[in-house]
Amino acid sequence: MKELMDRALDFASRRGAQYADVRLVDNRTQTMAVRDGNVETLNDSESAGFGVRVLHGGGWGFASSCELSLAEADRVAELALQLAGASSRVPGETVDLGPPVDSRGTYQTPIQVDPFGLPLEDKLGLLMAADSEMARVPGLRVRRGNLTFIREQKWFANTEGAFTEQTIYETGGGIQATAVGNGEVQSRSFPASFGRQQVTAGWDAALAWDLPGNAARIAEEAVALLTADRCPSGIVTDIILGGDQVALQVHESCGHPIELDRVYGSEAAFAGTSFLTTEKLGVFQYGSPQVNITAESLRPRGLGSFGWDDEGVPAQSTPIVRDGLFMGYLMSRETASRLGKTSNGCMRASGWNRIPLIRMTNVSLEAGDWELEDLIADTQDGIYMETNRSWSIDDKRYNFQFGTEIGYEIKHGKRGRMLRNPTYTGITPQFWNCCDAVCNQNHWVMWGTPNCGKGQPGQIAHTGHGAAPARFRQVRVGVLK
Amino acid sequence: MMEKQEAQDLCQQVLRRCRQAQAEVLLVAEDNHLTRFANNTIHQNVAEKNLSLTVRYILDGKVGSAATNRSDADGIDQAVEMARQNALASPPDLNFPGLAEPAVYVEAGGYDDRTAAYPADERADAVGVVCRLAAEKSLNASGAFSTGARQVAVANTAGVFACHAGTVADFQVTVMGNDSSGRAQASAWRAGEIPSEALGRKAIRKAELGKSPRLVDPGEYAVVFDPYVTQDLVAMLNYHGMGAQAVLDGRSWMNDRIGQQVMSPLVNLWDDGGDTRGLPAPFDYEGVPKKKVEIVRDGVVLGPVYDRATARKAGASSTGHAMPPNQRMFGPAAGNLFLAPGTAATEELIASTRRGLYITRFWYTRLVHPRDCTITGMTRDGVFMIENGELAYPVKNLRFTQSYLQALADVETLGSETRLLVVEYSGMATHVPALKIGRFNFTGVTV
Repeated sequence: MKELMDRALDFASRRGAQYADVRLVDNRTQTMAVRDGNVETLNDSESAGFGVRVLHGGGWGFASSCELSLAEADRVAELALQLAGASSRVPGETVDLGPPVDSRGTYQTPIQVDPFGLPLEDKLGLLMAADSEMARVPGLRVRRGNLTFIREQKWFANTEGAFTEQTIYETGGGIQATAVGNGEVQSRSFPASFGRQQVTAGWDAALAWDLPGNAARIAEEAVALLTADRCPSGIVTDIILGGDQVALQVHESCGHPIELDRVYGSEAAFAGTSFLTTEKLGVFQYGSPQVNITAESLRPRGLGSFGWDDEGVPAQSTPIVRDGLFMGYLMSRETASRLGKTSNGCMRASGWNRIPLIRMTNVSLEAGDWELEDLIADTQDGIYMETNRSWSIDDKRYNFQFGTEIGYEIKHGKRGRMLRNPTYTGITPQFWNCCDAVCNQNHWVMWGTPNCGKGQPGQIAHTGHGAAPARFRQVRVGVLK
Repeated sequence: MMEKQEAQDLCQQVLRRCRQAQAEVLLVAEDNHLTRFANNTIHQNVAEKNLSLTVRYILDGKVGSAATNRSDADGIDQAVEMARQNALASPPDLNFPGLAEPAVYVEAGGYDDRTAAYPADERADAVGVVCRLAAEKSLNASGAFSTGARQVAVANTAGVFACHAGTVADFQVTVMGNDSSGRAQASAWRAGEIPSEALGRKAIRKAELGKSPRLVDPGEYAVVFDPYVTQDLVAMLNYHGMGAQAVLDGRSWMNDRIGQQVMSPLVNLWDDGGDTRGLPAPFDYEGVPKKKVEIVRDGVVLGPVYDRATARKAGASSTGHAMPPNQRMFGPAAGNLFLAPGTAATEELIASTRRGLYITRFWYTRLVHPRDCTITGMTRDGVFMIENGELAYPVKNLRFTQSYLQALADVETLGSETRLLVVEYSGMATHVPALKIGRFNFTGVTV
């Protein structure tokens, strides 16, 4: 492995590359899914390969292969150099990577129980137990449950002397109950929507979610939603968002616009740009004084936790919003240098066959000081919304519209009737400036987003978002259905 | 790409290791290249070579699977053993429809040697021309030019062996000014058919026309859609209900509507894996030959596409639309969709509109309500007010919340020119015209 990596770097250096790095990745993923009591999927997949990135003649090139041999290391390095040469036919500004990166060391996700060491029957048993609990509730159309376990070993080296080795473990899982009737399709998910919650942890995390213990509740809620009153449409009211929905709100309306490659236009054609342009840094009131957001790759359990990013930059913590003021970006070596700063370690690739891009690590809303019960009691008139169902935001991350699986009316400080199809819409900084309360550490959870798309060719990143329920004043609620 | 015999030998190596069990192997080999540009320069230029083998192992009705991207003997042995262990740990799969039976496969075409080996320098030079044109107008070009080849083979212990290789090229460009942008895209399985310079000029023209956009009130407007918007309508209808699993689950827009006239009589929509105007594929990921499936005829909904599992449940036959094993939980889906054109040029669609919006593209569209396929999303890269049959002025982007089913019921005219567009990330091919729709619901504006 080390020999192959050295070979690729030597090849690139001998051909005059200004800079080169090589990542070798070996990914093992185990997925299992149960649908209506039947095992739908039980699959193990292994994917290994390496990618070589070079800066040569002022242009970038990247090539990758699944063939792990010295001859292939030569071919791939040569191809990367050719691609860099082609890039330099349409040159831009001179690339400055800032200070050299020569990190060395090893990192492994702290886990209690290795999910790959357990009998398959134990893991399937957890899903079957949850399925049985959902099956007790009459009126469901579809019951689903799934577990995902990932072990990714990754080696990184560059021509500046870095050599790091990392082993990242992820555990994901969830259940979903769907009811159909009354012209409606209503689903409830647990612990999170779109299939699963996911964290960097072992089997212990899956047990802690207590999927069987929450199965009957979500099944009953899905059935009840079919006949629940529709969320009022076109009104402006106070809303309290559950922690999982706050996490998605942070991801979409803060996490993406602080990616400095978007700000500089590198993602303009596909993912878009950002309203958080550089003249706003340090002076723009992004949110209310209650809003404190941090990007950190050191937090336990976060999907953005690691030892070093895919440029070899160490994991670290960056204040993004402090007392509502916009303070920081997610950066690569190249973009940080352009801004006169040093990378804060946010370059991540989704696999051996992709280049690193600026991606979220764990972008979290820091806990406030409210108990959820007190926050509801303090709300005269509003709606509580939980578990994302639909999300859409414009290419500058400004205009958004989100929907959740379930809502509850709040009247005179009390949670009232259930509401179906709740949605809300707003403009990002206006919305965050309407935030007047965030719940405390008792309600703060590290949520995982294992489905964040960016880049061409496409990359799906896994990002973390710590969040607690929060209140937003006078938000537009209910858009059509 | 490997020779057909080489692919068959590799598949047989896998099946032989499965001994007495029923088994299926899916081979996917890819060699892809992509040149990406932004700020009038190439900033990313990448290549990927990969080969994966996915094994389904069936023992006494129990099904387990495993995948590897190693094709050496040890790698294959490990994958087969993992699939076997997974089968042993599973209870019998009550929904397993059995393996596909041997069939006759037509040669679908869709492979171009030059596209498979397209030189990086030529991609760069095509990009360079567009960047230079944009810079001359003080505009910023960004986008991607991709070329590549993909080979799929399916074999099983029932005697199936199917193998197909195809190529694809895609050029997309967004040109941005201070307060405007324009977009153009083309896909083809022959890279030589991509008119990159013309696409660049088109995007530049739109960015210039879009300068100083005005705010307009949300509400209902007549609309003229470029094919990029039509692509989104067709793709979302596919994702959210064109497959039989969605219908069986009761979450499809087709539920309670099959056999009914729910779209304009002008709407004719079908999937055809054998049509080389799209990206052809003669069989699905189970090795079942693809049938041409009419989804909507003269506005009447005819029915979904099937894989073997959903066909068995519904008492139907597979139409050859199984997804790869790692996506099969979503059910079958169409992959080479065609919306029949009309007779009017886009200019005529605009000229026939008294007041409405001409829209280039949708962005970040997401499902709000499944049964009527209500979608929310934003406009992007060029929106213009039409007044008395002419483009009157550019407008700022709007958010919409709209049933796509209702939108297709309100189709008044279809454009005469169709365009092949490959959907980003999914790889689905759509062959679609421009549209004029009588009313479309906009629910917000971007400040």
